[in-house]
Formats: sequence, C-alpha cells, structure tokens
Amino acid sequence: MSDAGTPLLDFFFAALRAIVIFAAVLQIVPALVYFERRLAAWIQDRIGPNQVGPVGLLQPLADVIKLAFKEDLTPEGVDKWIYRLGPALVYAPAILAFTVIPVGMDLQVASFDVGVIFLLTIGGFSVYGLAFGGWASNNKYSLLGGLRASAQLISYEVALGLSVIAILMTAETVDLNSIIRQQWAPGAAGLLEWNLFQQPLAAFIFLVAAFAETNRLPFDLPECEAELVGGFHTEYTGLKFAMFFMGEYVAMITMSALMVTMFLGGWSLPWVEIPTSPSIVDVALSVGIFMGKLVLLLFFYIWVRWTLPRFRYDQLMNIGWKVFIPLSLLNLGLTALSGVLGWNWLIPLPW
Amino acid sequence: MANHEETPEEKPETATTVPREKAAFGMPLIKGLANTLSHILRNEPNTIHYPAEKRTPFPGYRGEHRLKRDELGREKCVACFLCSTACPAHCIEIVAEEAPWGDREKRPRLFNIDMMRCIYCGMCEEACPCDAIELTPVYNIPSRSRGEKIYNKEKLLSL
Repeated sequence: MSDAGTPLLDFFFAALRAIVIFAAVLQIVPALVYFERRLAAWIQDRIGPNQVGPVGLLQPLADVIKLAFKEDLTPEGVDKWIYRLGPALVYAPAILAFTVIPVGMDLQVASFDVGVIFLLTIGGFSVYGLAFGGWASNNKYSLLGGLRASAQLISYEVALGLSVIAILMTAETVDLNSIIRQQWAPGAAGLLEWNLFQQPLAAFIFLVAAFAETNRLPFDLPECEAELVGGFHTEYTGLKFAMFFMGEYVAMITMSALMVTMFLGGWSLPWVEIPTSPSIVDVALSVGIFMGKLVLLLFFYIWVRWTLPRFRYDQLMNIGWKVFIPLSLLNLGLTALSGVLGWNWLIPLPW
Repeated sequence: MANHEETPEEKPETATTVPREKAAFGMPLIKGLANTLSHILRNEPNTIHYPAEKRTPFPGYRGEHRLKRDELGREKCVACFLCSTACPAHCIEIVAEEAPWGDREKRPRLFNIDMMRCIYCGMCEEACPCDAIELTPVYNIPSRSRGEKIYNKEKLLSL
C-alpha cells in the first residue's frame, strides 16, 4: 500500500490508515470483554451475560454507559496531574505500539525501519502508567500494587525482549513484514517455517512473558482484591478506571498481534501464495487471516485465564529471573551458535 | 478433636504435601486446560434464568406455611398450642376461643405467624396432632413491609 503519490495524498492515506486501524482495534476491546465474560461463564457452567441486546451482545455498551455516568471521584491528597496521567500512560502506549503491527499485507499505521524495537520501547512505557497510578493515589495499597506492577513488568520485559532478539537474529531484520515473508513457504510444510516451530523455546518464553506483561492471569499480581484492596486502580472511578481497563485489553491485543506476527506467520498462510503486487482483495484476505489468528490467540488468553490459579509473588519473581531469563539467554546463545555454524534451528531436522 | 496425632503416611495428598517438582507444571497444566475446554464445548449451564425460569423445589422443601381445612370447610386447627410450644423461634401467636362445633373444644381466634422470625424448620408441622399446619414449597415470598410478613389466620387458611 505504499503508492508513490503526491505528499498530500500520502498524508491522507496515512491518516485514513491510522483512523481505520486504531478504530478497529478499539472495537475489538468490547467484543473481547464480552467473549471473556461468556467464556468464563461457560467454563464455570454458568450462562453469562445474555440479557442486554441479542444474546447479551450489548453488555459492554451497557458497562461503558454505567462507567460514564459514575461520579468521577478524585480522592483527597492525590497528586492531581500524575493521578490523571496514570490511565493515559497505560492506554496510550498500548495503542501506540500497535502502529507497527502489519494487520494485512504491508498494511500498517506506520512502517518504520525500527519496527519491533519501537513496539517494545513504547510498550514498556505502560510501566509508568501503573506506577504513576499507584503512587499518585495516596493509598498505600495502591502504591504496593503499582510497585508490584512495575517490578513484574520490568522483570518479564527482559525475557520478552531476549526472546524477540532471537527471532530478529534469524530474520536478520526488524521489519515485521519481512519477518512474515520469511515465515512463508508453499504447502503444508510451510507451516514448519513459522517461528513457532523454528524457535519453539523463544515462542514459549514470549507467550509466558506476554501474559506477565499484560497482567493477565496467572500473572495478574498488580491487581489483587485479597491483599491490595484491588491494586493500582483502587482509587480510580468511572472513565479513568475504564481507561486502565481498556489499556490492559489493548495491550493484550497488541501483544497477541505481535505474537501472531513474530511466531505464527502474521497475515500469511502457507497454502496461500503471497502476490507481488497485491490487489485490494488480497489485502482484505490477508487482514482476515491475521484476524483469525489473532482471535485464536485471544481465545487462548481467556482460556488460560479461567484455568490457572495465580502465582504467588515470590514464585512469579523466581520464574521470571531464575527460569525465563536464563532460558531466553540460552536460546539466544543457541540461536547465535546455529547461525554461526550455518544450521537451521532444531539442528538435526532436515529442512 | 481427641486424636490429632496422625503419622505422616496417613495424611492425604494436599497442595502443601505435593513435592515441589510435582507441582502444577507440565501435565497438570495441560489437563487443566483440557478440562476447561471440555466445559466450554459441553456448555451445560447449572444455572437458570431465574425470574423468567423458576426452579421446581425439591420434595420436602420447606417454604411458606398454610393452615388446612377439613372436608366441611372448617379449619382443622384446635388451638392446642403444640406448634407454638414446639417453635424454636417463638413466631406463632395463638389466641383460642370456644369452638361452635361439637367435635372439639377450641378453635383459634387469632393465629399469627411472624414470617420474619420463622426459621422454616418445620417443627410446627411435626408437632401438630391434627395435621392442621404444613409448610408449602412456595419460596418466592417477598413483601414491601414487615407488617405484611405477619400472616394472620385468614391469610394462612387462604394459601
């Protein structure tokens, strides 16, 4: 979609892409909330929200209306500006990080040379949102929640980054579209070209670290009713709380999208040839493939959430520092070694 | 409470006795995921749409009280006070009067049950020698004031 036109036309198309893609991502959030609640109900042999609208599809809308009409309470003694900045700093990085994700064939909000690195950098900013929210609330439990959140995010960011670096080493590029093209090969054997099978260890580490980065169960320690009266967002009401909530869901979508792009072949399918000059239909098809993979991964997120109990905080830190970081370093070393010796990953396999 | 001294072998396997390396990693994790997935696919909710869809009470369910009438349409109750004596919550208030019929001496002039105090234990039903009071399976019994929850003889007979 990089047509050489006049600068004005380019700007117009860039703006259009940004609006359409961001709006689409934001529309996934209510759908995700709805499916999370329905799936949770099914797992627990309940029915779930089904009263508002057809089969309860308007439930997220009702939730938003409820949140919008709640009193926007600012507790006494809070640091007002930082208090307001908190939710925005969770929400904005999550959506900003989505800019580099190719949602379809060479279709992204903006394509930089730095690709993945931009995503990881911006995504890391959400730590500030959680820490600010906890600190500014003037509540010791919120502060503890914020501290926990930042410690957790920083710890797992190391493993996440290292597993991504292993992919970047084999791909020898940070451009996500090239990474996707490298994962494509014709036929069913092309499935094995996916980084999920080329780099299974990195994929596993990335998956677990992504759970921790997005504060999902079993790593949802920043939120804790029993110990922290909620967590970093205890003192937030109404739309500010909604913004924290949305930020978390957008982060989850962004992380899943990155996982799809890096490990699951992104917008490509092994059976479908990648055309050199794509028509609008090809692009739409690739968006569909991407969405399908994304939905499957989001389902996995929800599925895991309602299966596993949460870790204790010391267990979380032990797993992060003593298991995942050494494992990702080992993976990095092995990748480097196999690269130097000219092997494919998973050394004895013949492809 | 007497015998708390168990040998370690007798202890059931709990979360704290499972060895560290056997804890929830690997297979248990996959088993758990399979279990939850099977619940999604089965989709047999144990809950019902309550106000729209009412549960039929189990046999022997103890709900609201009622007083019975005999075949001539007279209340069966003979105001013997056995139910109010048996009641552990002291929620039955009876005032007796002379019965106009020849087969019994007394009948209740007042028969009030304070449903807010009632614990629905069914002791009144057990105590009654004439089978005059019983607990129906009606469980949906809200009202707008405490006064409405004191059921008098007419109300109890009409149920």
